[in-house]
Amino acid sequence: MNNIIFIFFRRMRLPLLSLVTVFSLTALGLTLIPGQDTDGNVWYMSYFHAFYFVGYMSTTIGFGEIPYPFTDAQRLWVMFSIYSTVIVWLYAIGTLLALIQDKTFQQALKELRFSRKIKHLRDPFYIVCGYGETGAALVNVLTERNQNVVVVDINPDVINFLKLENLRLFVPGLNGDAARPIHLIEAGLEHPLCQGVIAVTDNNDVNLKIAVTSKLLSPKLKVICRADSHEVEDNMSSFGTDYIIDPFDTFAIHLATAIQSPALNLLNPWLTGARYQTLDHPIYPPNQGRWIICGYGRFGKTVYQQLKNNSIKPIIIESSPETTGLPDSDISPDDWIKGWGTEAVTLNKAGITDAVGIIAGTDNDANNLSIIMTAKQMNPNLFVVARNNLEENKRLFDAIKADIVMHPSSIIANKIGGLLATPLLYAFMGLASHQTRDWTSELVKRVCLIVKEHVPEVWELVINNEEALAVFNKLAANEFVTIGHILGNPRKRDEQLFAMPLLLQRNGILTLLPDDAMSLQINDKLLLSGRLSARYKMEWTLLNRYALDYILYGETTTNNWLFNLIMGSR
Amino acid sequence: MNPEKVIFGFFIVLALTLNFGFFVGDIENPNHHDVYELFAVVVVNVIATILKFGDRTQMGAVLLATSLVAVLQLFAATIVWTFAVHILDIGLTPTVMASIVSLSGGALLANVISVVLLVIETVMLRR
Repeated sequence: MNNIIFIFFRRMRLPLLSLVTVFSLTALGLTLIPGQDTDGNVWYMSYFHAFYFVGYMSTTIGFGEIPYPFTDAQRLWVMFSIYSTVIVWLYAIGTLLALIQDKTFQQALKELRFSRKIKHLRDPFYIVCGYGETGAALVNVLTERNQNVVVVDINPDVINFLKLENLRLFVPGLNGDAARPIHLIEAGLEHPLCQGVIAVTDNNDVNLKIAVTSKLLSPKLKVICRADSHEVEDNMSSFGTDYIIDPFDTFAIHLATAIQSPALNLLNPWLTGARYQTLDHPIYPPNQGRWIICGYGRFGKTVYQQLKNNSIKPIIIESSPETTGLPDSDISPDDWIKGWGTEAVTLNKAGITDAVGIIAGTDNDANNLSIIMTAKQMNPNLFVVARNNLEENKRLFDAIKADIVMHPSSIIANKIGGLLATPLLYAFMGLASHQTRDWTSELVKRVCLIVKEHVPEVWELVINNEEALAVFNKLAANEFVTIGHILGNPRKRDEQLFAMPLLLQRNGILTLLPDDAMSLQINDKLLLSGRLSARYKMEWTLLNRYALDYILYGETTTNNWLFNLIMGSR
Repeated sequence: MNPEKVIFGFFIVLALTLNFGFFVGDIENPNHHDVYELFAVVVVNVIATILKFGDRTQMGAVLLATSLVAVLQLFAATIVWTFAVHILDIGLTPTVMASIVSLSGGALLANVISVVLLVIETVMLRR
């Protein structure tokens, strides 16, 4: 940045020098040449008048010959002066304007303004690199949860678009290459309040570079990366990237979960869904029979592996088997067919009529849509999984009514959003996936009872003097407060709030679905879910001493001196 | 030899010498202090200041600072002169002349520092 300022002044040197020289020479000449006043006396122009005259002459304002009309000798000098000063003036102004409009200078100014904004940030923030579909969705999710974000993107249009976006919080955006460390530092990589870096550009190498830079310059930061291939994933994890998110892996695991345990699969969108989103209905992908996978790219491969793990043997349709390495793999040639999958012949060859499910997983949205439409005509009962590559085609995928639509951007955004806003939820989903089917069905039923049609609010609560002052004080005074107590309604203590605890973290030990009778301890971390109204009501109990007393003892105690006096005297 | 250094040194020294020329003489006597000399001092000082624009070295920054001080002092002197002669119409009384010359004396001090710094830099230069 400083370079630019120096170059700016350096380039202004010559125009300014010529301006000063010509101006002073002209003024000098004017003071030396004798003039005449109105009475015909000899009159010498003073420097004051000379500079005044040169000032309006050079800028072509031209107020005329003041204070007295010039003599011919003066006019001769002025004739030369006019051209030289005007030229020098235009030269100086022209250079100045050119410099100000200079792209690098403008960029430098923008960066300066941006880093000043970052310096003044007073809340913890995350740096999001890449404001594409994923980045935009992620920024939306994070700002909705009151999490400050700073965006870096290489495309200037995208940054302008960010400014138009109607986000809850102010999000500073820098137009710069996140692969260059200087831009990450400008975005606040070394800022004490920076919480982490999220690399979701569409380029694996750039994501890798961001991860390396962040881990080297600020090792304590949480680094979350998007990676599309296993080699890059291994590379990233080798130097301690905290979370690596592969949209295809994530989705394949979703699909596998849906096949194994539909209830568990239902929980995920419920608990991570946006506020006021309606509850999804459970989906039951067939867990036996013939599945067809169209497209054996990165997506097809991971899905194939997951299906195989669930003892389903899918048929693969691939247009260019050689490039995807099909003939060399251990899949028998009977299990794959060369073709697009968009035409009836290939689908027939794959046995579409007696298949149970089809996965349209090519990287081309038009082909995926075409595959689904053809396949549905041939076998209307098919279970359809569609891969939606571009956000702009989302409407089409909604219209085609696929059973599951896989959208990489929203998968990543939801996952990272959940990870950052409610880390306990992430742990909860991990634990839940190891539970029995009955356990998950029971949980789904309980959640259903609490919330009616909208997805439940999920939030974290720490029992400390900031988030739960009243409870904290009681616990510090060695009194018992149970989970059941804080779930009580602070207006009617016999009633329970529409909320339930999902997870309790105490000294690093996680307890799944803690019992209501369990007593709380200071610094317990709770993951709760329930209605939004329940969350607000619970804050009363947590923070207000009298509300808590009412729930604990059934009466409000008071320490109001006057009130006690009146009550005592009665 | 760096021609840029020659021009640089020339203007800095010229600024000092002209400044000195204007400064010497009876402090209250307008006959000892010529308006053309003041004009030359101002112009040369401004040029010397602009020449230091865009110099990234520490020495350049300090020289720029001292030159700016000199220019500021000289501008103050010219403004006093203009006020006395053109606006208040009191002419160059001993009081006015004394304040003009003392302002230019301040500029002289700043120019002395500039030259001293220049000499130090030259002496420190090793081959």
